[in-house]
Amino acid sequence: MSEFLKIQNLQKIAKDVRKDIVEMLYSAQSGHPGGSLSITDILTTLYFYEMNINVNNPKDENRDRLILSKGHCSPALYSCLAEKGFFPKEDLKTFRKINSYLQGHPDMKKIPGVDMTSGSLGQGLSVANGIAIAGKLDDKSYRVYCIMGDGEIEEGQIWEAAMTSSKYKLDNLCAIVDNNNLQIDGKIEDVMSPYPINKKFESFGFNVIEIDGHNFEEIINAFEDAKKVKEKPTVIIAKTVKGKGVSYMENQVGWHGKAPNEEEYKLALEELK
Amino acid sequence: MNFENKKATRQSYGEALVELGKINKNVVVLDADLAGATKTNMFLKEFPDRFFDIGIAEQNMIATAAGLSTCGKIPFASTFAVFATGRVYDQIRNSICYPNLNVKICATHCGITVGEDGATHQMLEDINLMRGLPNMTVISPADDTEAKWAVKKAAEINGPVYIRFGRASTPIIYDENTNFELGKGIQFGEGTSATIFATGIMLAKALKAKEELEKENINIRVIDIHTIKPIDKEIIIKCAKETDKLISIEEHSIIGGLGTAISEVLTDSFPKKLIRLGMKDCFGKSGNAEELLKYFELTSEKIIETVKENI
Repeated sequence: MSEFLKIQNLQKIAKDVRKDIVEMLYSAQSGHPGGSLSITDILTTLYFYEMNINVNNPKDENRDRLILSKGHCSPALYSCLAEKGFFPKEDLKTFRKINSYLQGHPDMKKIPGVDMTSGSLGQGLSVANGIAIAGKLDDKSYRVYCIMGDGEIEEGQIWEAAMTSSKYKLDNLCAIVDNNNLQIDGKIEDVMSPYPINKKFESFGFNVIEIDGHNFEEIINAFEDAKKVKEKPTVIIAKTVKGKGVSYMENQVGWHGKAPNEEEYKLALEELK
Repeated sequence: MNFENKKATRQSYGEALVELGKINKNVVVLDADLAGATKTNMFLKEFPDRFFDIGIAEQNMIATAAGLSTCGKIPFASTFAVFATGRVYDQIRNSICYPNLNVKICATHCGITVGEDGATHQMLEDINLMRGLPNMTVISPADDTEAKWAVKKAAEINGPVYIRFGRASTPIIYDENTNFELGKGIQFGEGTSATIFATGIMLAKALKAKEELEKENINIRVIDIHTIKPIDKEIIIKCAKETDKLISIEEHSIIGGLGTAISEVLTDSFPKKLIRLGMKDCFGKSGNAEELLKYFELTSEKIIETVKENI
């Protein structure tokens, strides 16, 4: 497949993922659309281009791992896993409902393809370090990806973990910051600014790559470049738009954790046609 | 019984870790800048490639251990009990117990016998915190032999385990051929005047009290509850039926610890009064270990006095 076709394919899948997210949120009448939509293009690239995973053997010890540290964006993850074939797509409708295995936040014990349970913010980078260290100990070539929110990195543990990634020279680790600039209470620089994110990670010993998190070419290249850097971890700071793809949700802090009503639902699906 | 041969259970932990490291290549050890005090430095010396000093970052240590365990490693994460439980409660709850991961939290410096460091470092609520978590096994060994068994056992259990070890040396009670069983209390004596349920270093105090009372023809029994969770319901109910008085003693708050765990069993199955000895909803303070045990009435004398009351 040519580069052009590959990207066209990713764009198509990302659109389906966005539709799934809207469907899931509408069906559940709860959940987190804003951040799910901002990480959609990154997650789509990871699951449909970058990561070495085996749908027939979700626990393959040589697989690449993804830790969705910002676990509330589970709709985007579940959609990718369903589109990939880890479980039936129709099950997405059961998201957040009683008796469903699709819990509000990712649950590794219940959901095929989920590499780590998450939900309590700030812990994923430490977990990713643990997996990366195990990979080094066992001489495995798998890579570990960890998606964090830009608000999430206000958690002190992220920086404890960043020191650790550096200390153990975890070049098999690629962290991603979803920099959509909004958190529940407002703009991140107003609530508790983590800026400058690039300089912070740089001073913690990371290789820092800054990209547009909705440009597939940039996303693909960033993952490629990360692999070339040895002896240090990489962080990709992805500038994104919260609510990306649904006009009335874009850059609106109110759409962090709210489900669309019927009218909004229809409008969103219309836009994602 | 000879109460003179002593060792601190943290020392036993260090020794047991080294033995475990020899037979199980998947065992890895994490510490948070206290390797000398927790004795994990003994493992570091033997297996430097499998030892990770995470620095003064306990939350990070616990979640790193969680990550390692998802790849088949058996992480033993250690620091002082106050940091290993309270400070990292959310990491243990959400990243270890909820996904039921195979992480062993081995905390040293539990209870008031931490001594001179005082209240900030004397953990009196750890059993309470860990016991309340689904999937968690909680072991509180009484001596060197039991501590070593607990470490070995923890590696065999596929799931989270919390073990509390002490700083101060404590009498060696069991010989190395003792057959310990997870969730099964160990009975000393058949006396029917009272049952003393003891855990951790309080077992030695209870056994001493039993000997003293025998001299006065008061016959009691002592039960070592080394596994706080799952608790040995059978032995608790049996002793409640067979003995006049029930007493529990622990180097821990009387809220949520051994006494509470026994009360729950009694409430459910055989309602009977239990006298709970332990830290009475208070913090510790500085002093040497033995002085503190006297100050807070965690002694053989207190047990004897309690048995004699209302007999």
